[in-house]
Amino acid sequence: MARAPKRWRTPSPHWLFLVPALALLTAILLVPLVNSVYRSVGRSDFTLEHYATLFTDGVTLKVLLRTATTAAMVTLIAFLLGYPYAYVMTRVGPRLRGILLVIVLIPFWTSVMARNFAWIVILQRNGPVHSFLKLFGLDVVLYGSVAGVTVAMSQVLLPFMVLPLFSALSGIDRRLLLAARGLGSHPLKAFWKVYWPLSRGGVVAGLILVFTLSLGFYVTPALLGTPKESLVAQLLGQRTTQLLDFAGAGALGFLVLVITLVLVAWANRFGGTISAIGVVAASRTKDRT
Amino acid sequence: MTTALRDTDTEPAEVRTARRPRRPRRRERGVDPIPWWLRIVVALVGLYFILPTLFVIPMSFSTATTFQFPPKGFSFQLYENFFTHKVWLQSLRNSVLVALLAALLATVVGTAAALGLHHLTGRLARLVRTLLMISIVTPAIVIAVAVYISFLKWHLVGSLGGYVLAHAVIGVPFVLVSVTSALGGFDPKLLRASASLGAPPWRTFLRVTMPLISRGIVTGAIFAFVTSFDEVVIALFLRSPRFQTLPVQMYNSVTVEIDPTIAASSSVVVIAVTVLCLVLQFVGTRRKSR
Repeated sequence: MARAPKRWRTPSPHWLFLVPALALLTAILLVPLVNSVYRSVGRSDFTLEHYATLFTDGVTLKVLLRTATTAAMVTLIAFLLGYPYAYVMTRVGPRLRGILLVIVLIPFWTSVMARNFAWIVILQRNGPVHSFLKLFGLDVVLYGSVAGVTVAMSQVLLPFMVLPLFSALSGIDRRLLLAARGLGSHPLKAFWKVYWPLSRGGVVAGLILVFTLSLGFYVTPALLGTPKESLVAQLLGQRTTQLLDFAGAGALGFLVLVITLVLVAWANRFGGTISAIGVVAASRTKDRT
Repeated sequence: MTTALRDTDTEPAEVRTARRPRRPRRRERGVDPIPWWLRIVVALVGLYFILPTLFVIPMSFSTATTFQFPPKGFSFQLYENFFTHKVWLQSLRNSVLVALLAALLATVVGTAAALGLHHLTGRLARLVRTLLMISIVTPAIVIAVAVYISFLKWHLVGSLGGYVLAHAVIGVPFVLVSVTSALGGFDPKLLRASASLGAPPWRTFLRVTMPLISRGIVTGAIFAFVTSFDEVVIALFLRSPRFQTLPVQMYNSVTVEIDPTIAASSSVVVIAVTVLCLVLQFVGTRRKSR
């Protein structure tokens, strides 16, 4: 970064504008991140033992697997609910579309703690969901289970599915569908053969985005789940504040970060991902729940 | 990653779709209606989006000492707790202070960076932009753990300064995005016109650039404020008995004390944030009507 390419004669004075932001970023984010990676490889005497431990201690791998399964469930739910929603958003008039968009953005506006508190109230023993399920003879309390965490996380992450999908679906020319129908195709077949392939880019972007974001959730699983079935973010927090195992936490944190960045970079190839983040940034993000 | 970052900063998806010519919808509707079952699905999904928020408000008028639902009785007891108990008031004050200072810092450095990047091209500039955006895709817990370990050494845990610096970093991307998008609609000829009329660069900046991008700056500042005000994960790691923010106190009230005051606190926060978002909406409409 220090060596400038030859074609530059004098660096533009505009680079000076970047100094404060870069200084802040470096001091507060990059130095701590690099420092924790440095600790994880045993500082000056290089070792990969902390990384090896992650895969051999029997706990981390299990938690990672549980996190991935939960994230996959959340992604699936968000997709099944988000696709029809985004589809209808492209079909209705401008005013109703505006209303539907505001509804999508509501989870962003609601405070993280207020929303998690609401989910505790809804899912608790003898709460509305429990009472409702009891009507059908199901005595299931979702509070304190991975299922409860999944339900709450899906709600928060749905916008990250709906927005890239909406952006992809509104670019599809519906007359193609009408053409297929006009040529005698069954509506479902027309959808499957014409519409679905055209929407796939947005679908993949949304799937990866939601999956990636759900890997890092901390507050929701901590409040709605149980310590017995913790997810990777809780493990990371526990290792840092309770066990003071900074090297182990550094290794685990680095692993999570690398997985996240690889997935985000991959999703970017399908377009729409960062644009979704852009839209979200232009509304208000909740990815740090 | 870098290229995608660039073209999206300047125009969100909505703008792009809006520019596309409208297809004749009314005629299609007769041939190709939205099926009734799809309408029901969308209504249910919409409820799933809204419903949890609605549970908070009736809870805040409850007289019960637990989180029971439906709430019992009707009183302003919880609001009274919130606005009179020292722990709650102190946390609220800390939160407002941290969010104001963090938003100020993020807005100043973020606006400067957006202005700088606007004039710069090339690989290095793209790399810098990606770097500045990176906190948006990094899981909060990873940032929190790394920052906590370093801040322990620098004695910043549980201090106002620590909170402000950490929250400023996560606020910068929002300012960068909104100021960059404001600069996107900015005509560079105005700068030359101003210079040719004899204005020095700083005056051009104050009299021409600033007024034109001011709404972008205000939007970014509000995002940065709300992000900090509502941030839990990093705040949980930086807390100390001496200094903690409102989300941390709300977290305590669910995990440690079973304190229903959180219902009042949630309602206050939800209403405050909604008002801020409406202000934002208002800022946006005024720009359009010009």
